[in-house]
Amino acid sequence: MKDSIGKRFAIYALLTALSLLTLAPFVWMVATSLKPLGEVESSQLLPKLAQPDNYPQVFKQINFARYYANSIFVAAWVTFLTCLTSSMAAYAFARRIWPGRDLVFKLYLATLMIPGVVTMIPNFALMVKLGLLDSYAGLIIPASFSAFGTFLLRQFMLTIPMALDEAAMIDGATPWQIFWNVAMPAARGGLIALAVFTFMGNYGSFFWPLILIKSEGLRTLPIGLMYFDTMYGRATHLLMAASVMSIIPPALLFILLQKHLVRGIQLGAVKG
Amino acid sequence: MKGTRKRHELTVALAFLAPNLIGFGVFTCFPVLYSFFASLSNWNLQNPNQTSFVGFRNYAVLLQDPQFWTYLINTGYFFLGLPFAIMGSLWLAILLNRKLSLGTAYRTLLYIPSFTSGVAIMILWKSLYNPDYGPINETLRHFIDFIGLNGQITPPQWLSSTKNVFGLEIDKPGINPTQFGIGARDALIYMGIWTAIGGNNMLLYLAALTNVPEELVEATQIDGASRWQSFLHVIWPTLAPTTFFIVIMSIIGGMQGGFEQAKVMTNGGPAGTTTTVAYHIYTKAFEEFQVGYASAIAWVLFAIVFGLSLFTWKFGNRAGENG
Repeated sequence: MKDSIGKRFAIYALLTALSLLTLAPFVWMVATSLKPLGEVESSQLLPKLAQPDNYPQVFKQINFARYYANSIFVAAWVTFLTCLTSSMAAYAFARRIWPGRDLVFKLYLATLMIPGVVTMIPNFALMVKLGLLDSYAGLIIPASFSAFGTFLLRQFMLTIPMALDEAAMIDGATPWQIFWNVAMPAARGGLIALAVFTFMGNYGSFFWPLILIKSEGLRTLPIGLMYFDTMYGRATHLLMAASVMSIIPPALLFILLQKHLVRGIQLGAVKG
Repeated sequence: MKGTRKRHELTVALAFLAPNLIGFGVFTCFPVLYSFFASLSNWNLQNPNQTSFVGFRNYAVLLQDPQFWTYLINTGYFFLGLPFAIMGSLWLAILLNRKLSLGTAYRTLLYIPSFTSGVAIMILWKSLYNPDYGPINETLRHFIDFIGLNGQITPPQWLSSTKNVFGLEIDKPGINPTQFGIGARDALIYMGIWTAIGGNNMLLYLAALTNVPEELVEATQIDGASRWQSFLHVIWPTLAPTTFFIVIMSIIGGMQGGFEQAKVMTNGGPAGTTTTVAYHIYTKAFEEFQVGYASAIAWVLFAIVFGLSLFTWKFGNRAGENG
């Protein structure tokens, strides 16, 4: 459908207005992060004199670098393990034919229905029993098995013809070689999307680290931010500086990889 | 020969499934069963040695507890934002669904809130909502001044107010006229809409809109159908499966939701008005250590989620057949 010039102008104006509305809180956040404490309550949006020293100040007040590192370390491990276990399972579901496959797959999908709150308490008790309370392993291992990831990668792996696997098999390739050289390249887009979603989901994860972590040195970013807010709630300028720093990685990641992410979201849901 | 082949395939498949399957068994299947048994006990984390089987007593206590019903109503209250969020996403998708030279830039900007959502964004909104010097009330005061109603109306107290658009009673199910207004629950809903509107649902609608037969839309418009009619009769039915998926996922997520907001922004208050079932479970299990009782709440929640999904499934499918 061709839109008239007037209509196109109206659409641009509308989208620009909506984008500004979306961005307004972020603008306020950045502006406040540069204010001195005395100006935090002023109604002027911009500081009289920007005070970038708020940013290093955050690192002095709390162990921010440590929280950052913890979040990235844990999220990176969870991402690696999730991608590995999901892609292997997806290969079994998409590229191998075995008795009971469809039934097992349906059961897998059904588990997506189980609310996290149901499994949370027993998992906590399990961590206590295994001695993983207050440890990196306790943050990483339970988060590394995803039914959603298996489902998403299966969708991608179904998009290439089975003849490729058969040809590779005739050439004497082992199942692992077929998995690695045929199925994985087909799932590349999905794998990138899954990796970013898993990383981001874990980077922002709140409930599990909140109940599992007791030591200050093991806090992840969301937990560290929450305690910072509880202790220094009046220091809005420092809180905003910390918040800006903690949303920079997800914002950058999205902007850089958005093509894959958009396709991942759409394929993961619509073609189900 | 065929039998060996089959067995070989099964072995290969199991080998590839094993890592995921074992993890799944340990961290999902086993906990689900365990949680059900826990809900039938008086298990307390502070004296786990005195755990005994109490049958369905937790469930009986729970269903007679007005607190539980109040929190269930709170959870339901947050669904008020859902139609606005979903329709908003659809509207944005329709706006973006054309060749615009800045299309990707707009899409990126609109998506950023949902991608960055979390504790940082909640701390930000807590400041935005500050009734005294937050920018939202600052703006509202200017606006009130501008329309000349200064002194007659005051901006909402946002996160520190128990008021709500239905005038719901504070600590028990019921209506109380003095509670009419805008308060913490509404504040969280607006924040939720801002976060979600340009997020995944918009992307799903954008993908689904590419399936709308354009010739059909044009044909109906040549026949004199209004824009609204062609939306109703061509676009909306084509999008039905996507809408259905979004609604189901939102119900499942929404019933379990509200924990982070409550923990970071309101501590479930004021007067418990932002305590959802999920936050209630957390408080019972990890602050009062009554894990048996908390497990029972979790199972009731599970049953509700399951029931609502089944209902939507049936209702949604019938709507699809008629549409």
